[in-house]
Amino acid sequence: MELNAITIGFVVFTIFTLGGGFGVVTTRNLFQGTIWLMVSLFGVAGYFILLSAPFLAAVQILVYIGAIAILITFAVMLTRSVTRIKERYIRIVPSFIGSLLLFLILLFGVTVPIFGGHLPESAPQYVASTRDLGIALVDENGYVVPFLLASVLLTAAMIGAIVIARDEKAKGG
Amino acid sequence: MVPLWMYLAVAAALFSLGVFGVLARRNAVAILMSVELMLNAVNINLVAFWRYSETSTDLLLNGYAFTAFVLIVAAAEAAVGLAIIITVYRNRRSVIPEEAVALKG
Amino acid sequence: MDELCTGLCQLLVESGADAGLAHFLSLLVGVLLVSGIPLVTVIVLIWVERKVAARIQDRIGPNRVGPVGLLQTIADMIKLLSKEDITPTAADRVLYNAAPLVSFASVVLIWAVIPFTPFHFGVDLEIGALFFVAVASFGTLAIMVAGWASNNKYALLGAFRVVSLLVSYEVPLVFALLAPVLLAGSMSLLDIVNAQTGMWFVVLSPLAFVIFYVSSQAETGRAPFDLIEAESELVAGFNIEYSGMKFGMFFAAEFLHVFTNGILMALLFFGGWMGPLYYESPLIAFAWLGAKGGLIYFTTLWLRNTVPRLRIDQIMAFNWKFLVPLSIANLVFISLALKVMQELGVSPRNLAEAGFVELLPTTVVLLVINGAMTVYLLGLLRKRGQEARRESMAARAALAQAVAD
Repeated sequence: MELNAITIGFVVFTIFTLGGGFGVVTTRNLFQGTIWLMVSLFGVAGYFILLSAPFLAAVQILVYIGAIAILITFAVMLTRSVTRIKERYIRIVPSFIGSLLLFLILLFGVTVPIFGGHLPESAPQYVASTRDLGIALVDENGYVVPFLLASVLLTAAMIGAIVIARDEKAKGG
Repeated sequence: MVPLWMYLAVAAALFSLGVFGVLARRNAVAILMSVELMLNAVNINLVAFWRYSETSTDLLLNGYAFTAFVLIVAAAEAAVGLAIIITVYRNRRSVIPEEAVALKG
Repeated sequence: MDELCTGLCQLLVESGADAGLAHFLSLLVGVLLVSGIPLVTVIVLIWVERKVAARIQDRIGPNRVGPVGLLQTIADMIKLLSKEDITPTAADRVLYNAAPLVSFASVVLIWAVIPFTPFHFGVDLEIGALFFVAVASFGTLAIMVAGWASNNKYALLGAFRVVSLLVSYEVPLVFALLAPVLLAGSMSLLDIVNAQTGMWFVVLSPLAFVIFYVSSQAETGRAPFDLIEAESELVAGFNIEYSGMKFGMFFAAEFLHVFTNGILMALLFFGGWMGPLYYESPLIAFAWLGAKGGLIYFTTLWLRNTVPRLRIDQIMAFNWKFLVPLSIANLVFISLALKVMQELGVSPRNLAEAGFVELLPTTVVLLVINGAMTVYLLGLLRKRGQEARRESMAARAALAQAVAD
């Protein structure tokens, strides 16, 4: 593996992604946890750029850092949970062993080809552009039905979230 | 070029971190954040497989488009999940999922 | 790598440099230039803003340091740098110090995709318009972090107010941004400008421009939406604990953001560098862009110093009950009209290759649609205003009655 912009980027984004993920599961303070989550998801957006999917990277940043980070922050503040919970973890030892085992199995699975075949070392030259995705999303032979369903889902989720979180005791609110 | 298995290994590590968070954390918001980690690990996998696969033109965008839909679902999940957490907190003064047992028979 | 090696890179290779090194050097120069331009501009911008504000308020403004006060900003910078750098004891040190940097970086990053002339730009992303929205969300997060990390309840309250404002106004901003994207059929800013060869988008979709203008005024936290400062209501808002150059970073980020928005509006709606003789020299093209952006920038300053601040509930109601529905309706009408006209063959499919004459039918139809919507909206607003006035009159009469009794 030669040293070039892509490999350097890969190393940097790996540090971001895994470091941020580690921060999310270990930090005591949930607000800092949110920031760690954003660091991690920023790293994931970097991967998307390395994998030549810039549209997904921009959407990832827009959705997670622009919207979900703010949502989680508001939830953290509204539930004021920082002060009430004494212990951070329950069943920490079995969880740790379980997730470590899972990681080892997955790592074994992706590195050792048991069922024959091999994972490609390099990607094909040609890659679909954002324009192709845009056309495919509204094409009748493409993804127009899932696209419309996703819009319905988003609308339903938005209305649902407002209805659920609404404080019924506060009149007119 | 970075070989495919490296992306998969990072995604596996991120997914395992998420699993650990879901299993071990007590706070519902922290659990939700760990779920987001797992979703993103899956997304890395989807995009990586899409990029590295030699597909016919019919299936050219499957991975790309599917990842976009996962992102949409993640946004919806976060919004509804946090709304539920806030409601549970308001009614029971608790953000620990084990304590929300009103429906337990 | 070869096809990417043009301009300075080519020059270096021809003078005998290693290809990889030449590529790296030319990239480095480009990065330094693109990030350097906004840094230098902001020094001038602060002076311009203070002068304009002073003139509108019938003052002279800075006039002591240097000719007509031009060096005032430098003096202020030295002052800010020499101030004690305070971090509150209970603050979250890392996040507290990172927030101003992220805030400023979120604005400077936008300049990476701005095409200054047809040939001079940082990078032409195929997702340019989306990139601009995405990096703007870093600014929102920075404000949230600053408010929380200060560990001050006033800072946190200020941050909540601002963040709810920013998140709300992002919705109409993006919908308005989609109008040029839709017309050009591309998210790349270069393509969007090139699509305006025949006709500027401000003529094709004036409502989208107005929505974009209003919501970018809100995004930068300027009057009538200046909840970020709101001196009379908050103790300086989210940046209450910041002092010295860290405060200066937030300050500079805001000033630069306003000008950046001016340039963006010039690119998205006013044809960017298009103007007489722009193809003669990059300098003329650059001057056109600067003139258009500067003019829009001036109007935002004018607006800022003329109108009073709205209440937060009025700001929110205006956004969710007026701007958002309007921006969605605008987008639906534009796309519908465009598609129908393209199917009828009246409108060209690729605006970049269409001249003024071919675009005339499209322009007329879109203008009529926009005009009809504007007339309807003005009628609606008039009715609402009358209702509000009648209600307040009734309330006042009831109060007078109660006092009399």
